[in-house]
Amino acid sequence: MLNKVNREIPLTIPALKGREVYQGEFALEAKTKRAGRPMHTTLAHTSKVLVSIDEAIEKTGLKDGMTISFHHHFRNGDYVMKLVMDRIHEKGIKDLTIATSSLSPCHDFLIDMIKDGTVTALETSGVRDALGKFLTQNPGALKRPLVIRPHGGRARAVTCGDVHIDVAFLGVPTCDPRGNATGMIGKSACGALGYAMVDAQYADQTVLITDNLVDYVYPYSIPQTNVDYVVAVEEIGDPNGIASGAIGITRNPVQLKIAEMAAQFLDEAGIIEEGFSFQLGAGGAPLAVAKNISEKLKAKGVVGGFGVGGATGVLAGMLEEGLIKAVYDTQTFDTAAAASLHNNPNHIEMSASMYANPWTDCMVNHLDVVFLGATEVDTDFNVNCMTDSNGVLMGASGGHSDTAAGAKVTVITCPLIRGRLPMVRDHVQTVITPGSSVDVIVTERGLAINPARQDLIEKLQGSDLPIFTIEELQKMAYDRVGKPEDIKVSDKDEDIVAIVEYRDGSIIDVVRKPLD
Amino acid sequence: MAKLVKAATAGFDEKNDVLVTVEPIASGVEVDLTSKVMHQYGKHIEEFIKKVVADAGFDGVKVIAQDKNAWDYTIKARVLGALERGSKA
Amino acid sequence: MSQLTEDAKKRLSRSMMFVPGNSPKMINSADIHGADSLMFDIEDSIPVTEKDTARLLVAEALKKLPFKGERVVRINHPTQTPYGLDDMDVIIPAKPDLIRLPKTEDVSEVELVAKKIEEVEKANGWEEGTINIIVAIESVKGLYNVREICHGPRVVAIALGAEDYRADLRTTKNKPAVELLFARQTILLAAREAGIRVIDTVFSDVKDPEGFREEVEFIKALGFDGKSCIHPSQIKIIHDVFTPSEKEIAHSVKVLNSYADALRNNKGVIAVDGKMIDGPIVVRAQRVVDKAWAAGIKVELEEGAERDVK
Repeated sequence: MLNKVNREIPLTIPALKGREVYQGEFALEAKTKRAGRPMHTTLAHTSKVLVSIDEAIEKTGLKDGMTISFHHHFRNGDYVMKLVMDRIHEKGIKDLTIATSSLSPCHDFLIDMIKDGTVTALETSGVRDALGKFLTQNPGALKRPLVIRPHGGRARAVTCGDVHIDVAFLGVPTCDPRGNATGMIGKSACGALGYAMVDAQYADQTVLITDNLVDYVYPYSIPQTNVDYVVAVEEIGDPNGIASGAIGITRNPVQLKIAEMAAQFLDEAGIIEEGFSFQLGAGGAPLAVAKNISEKLKAKGVVGGFGVGGATGVLAGMLEEGLIKAVYDTQTFDTAAAASLHNNPNHIEMSASMYANPWTDCMVNHLDVVFLGATEVDTDFNVNCMTDSNGVLMGASGGHSDTAAGAKVTVITCPLIRGRLPMVRDHVQTVITPGSSVDVIVTERGLAINPARQDLIEKLQGSDLPIFTIEELQKMAYDRVGKPEDIKVSDKDEDIVAIVEYRDGSIIDVVRKPLD
Repeated sequence: MAKLVKAATAGFDEKNDVLVTVEPIASGVEVDLTSKVMHQYGKHIEEFIKKVVADAGFDGVKVIAQDKNAWDYTIKARVLGALERGSKA
Repeated sequence: MSQLTEDAKKRLSRSMMFVPGNSPKMINSADIHGADSLMFDIEDSIPVTEKDTARLLVAEALKKLPFKGERVVRINHPTQTPYGLDDMDVIIPAKPDLIRLPKTEDVSEVELVAKKIEEVEKANGWEEGTINIIVAIESVKGLYNVREICHGPRVVAIALGAEDYRADLRTTKNKPAVELLFARQTILLAAREAGIRVIDTVFSDVKDPEGFREEVEFIKALGFDGKSCIHPSQIKIIHDVFTPSEKEIAHSVKVLNSYADALRNNKGVIAVDGKMIDGPIVVRAQRVVDKAWAAGIKVELEEGAERDVK
């Protein structure tokens, strides 16, 4: 069945029986009650602290066919998934579904566990590197296709019970024996625990794994009332992989040029005004936009409202300087931002639900503008940030479609040409964010405003910015590098690699195996 | 028809460049291409290289091209450069 | 002299960015930063072992890519080096806007390049003056011959190349660059007398934007039309300095409007803000407005107030 972004969705395959196809950003409304964890009686004067992960696996009664969850706050420094999966593997438990908020290259070990049937289903926001390649080339390796969800969509799915987590294994940088936990301190500090907060609240059983067990924790991100067991281990992660040092602003002149034009666009569109709120990604280019926004705020003598993270030191610095009034943070990217979350009362932690769950009052709905990257865009303004130019899984849905749907203005920054490849395609390989959510695409050779936004087009009339139609931008790329051939993909049902859910749970696209 | 007198190389193993080696063969033009954009431009680049060699008036050339996202003008310049070098004793 | 050559003398010339001629990556994105002129270098930045491939690369780029801005190619010297003649053979048919002749010491060198350009223009049926010349003075001998050089055929601009000139003087780099003052002013005067553009040398420390801005302000005060640069971040600073301020523009508009009004009504003495307006002030005002227009600033003059000062 053709969905609203003209993708053919094969509703006949078992994994899509009874599912809705994407019909528009706000087409599906919530009809269910919240799900909830069962009540667990905790007897007086008993301890939740277990001696090992083995004991936790036994106590939770984990068995074949269950769904377990993890979070990705430790990014590529995560040890927790491997610690847990090695013990599960040792015990011979099979046929598990892993529902994680995202995956990093450090999770490539899952390939072997997929091959031997320990893991038979995978749900995530992102997948990269060897695992991404493996899943793309071996669509039958899992029992059903990979499920890709945006962050808000996952929070929604967990909250309403679309995803039922039997056991959540959540790494926490600091925790007390009753299970009050925070990510702000500890040798493996990661800052906010926004994704873990949702899982702890909705999983049937929650196991916290920490390398810093202390007597008391406050403020806590996860309260003891959501926790069943606590396990202390040597190390839950590699600090260098968890948080980078302060992420710097790019020095790449092309990226800087894009950032400069993006900020000028905002200024001329009249968006940078008292109280304006925004989200920036954590890449070098978005951070360059932040610098430009800061300069314009200072020049105008106005103060912004709130900024949303993916928090970085650059955003925390704007808060510190008084250029914005608050930072809302679901996931903290660098050590400078983690320190700010700990020290600055206006740097506020939020759960993934509060960040982006479409079926609740989420912060993305209050954004004036969001800056997002893209792997590629198309002439319908659709965005792909999930598969590479060869159709291989290598990115993440992340908060892309959530923020784009919520923000009044969505700005995509993307090079016009990467290497030799034009990044304005006729049709993106995989739709993550529908073009109806995207208002402006900024490239190093100019920008294109979505014709649906006549208001913006009018505001920018007479601007000295290089404004083109999206087709003109595409032609500028073709004039230089020629038109690329499309990647050929299999049309067989059994070659469907992944199902791409929109934030409301409808199906916006599927990823098919590329043919050589 | 011009002929190569020796094998020669032009270009660099760098981003947006292509390392081109030309070798004399008995006749015809052969292209041995490796490219970062094989799926999207592989066929085009092979044909383009053959045309550049033919337009330059050469025959009996094997072109080995290791492409790292070079644009057409670069591919042409490197092929011409290698042919020029391979024509000088 | 052809109209095209005359027009080329008046092109906006605030920034001339150097682009290494054997780097496809740099060439691909050369024009996105808005430099008025792009100078593809196949001379000093190219080792002798790659002169052949650099000239081919730049030639093919010129033929194929639609660059924004004036396209300049710095060739190797045609008599002082063994590469310059081959450079001309390959580059001129690729139709750049300007050939930059480095280390110019005598007008005969200019004539040599101009002759080759003329041949290629005729052979291709291109209008005379399609391709012109920018000379660079980089030695004492060149400086002594600068007036004659500036009047050479197809010469539309002149630049100072400081490194070789310093070596020739047997001095080093100073801050401020006192050693360049005589050369800068001499070249400037020769350029003005010949009615051509004059562009200052590079400032090599890209990590010193403040020092760069000071130097741009200094050479602008001397009278230069623009400056060479080696990094995109420098372009913005140059344009910033060379773009007239709002105050300057407003005053200039007033001057031109009052002058036009006086002509219409046969008024004798004209004053703006209590100051008398005469010929040079009107010319200067029109130049300010021209520069503002070139920088994309919207400036409106009353009907008939625009002066031809070219």
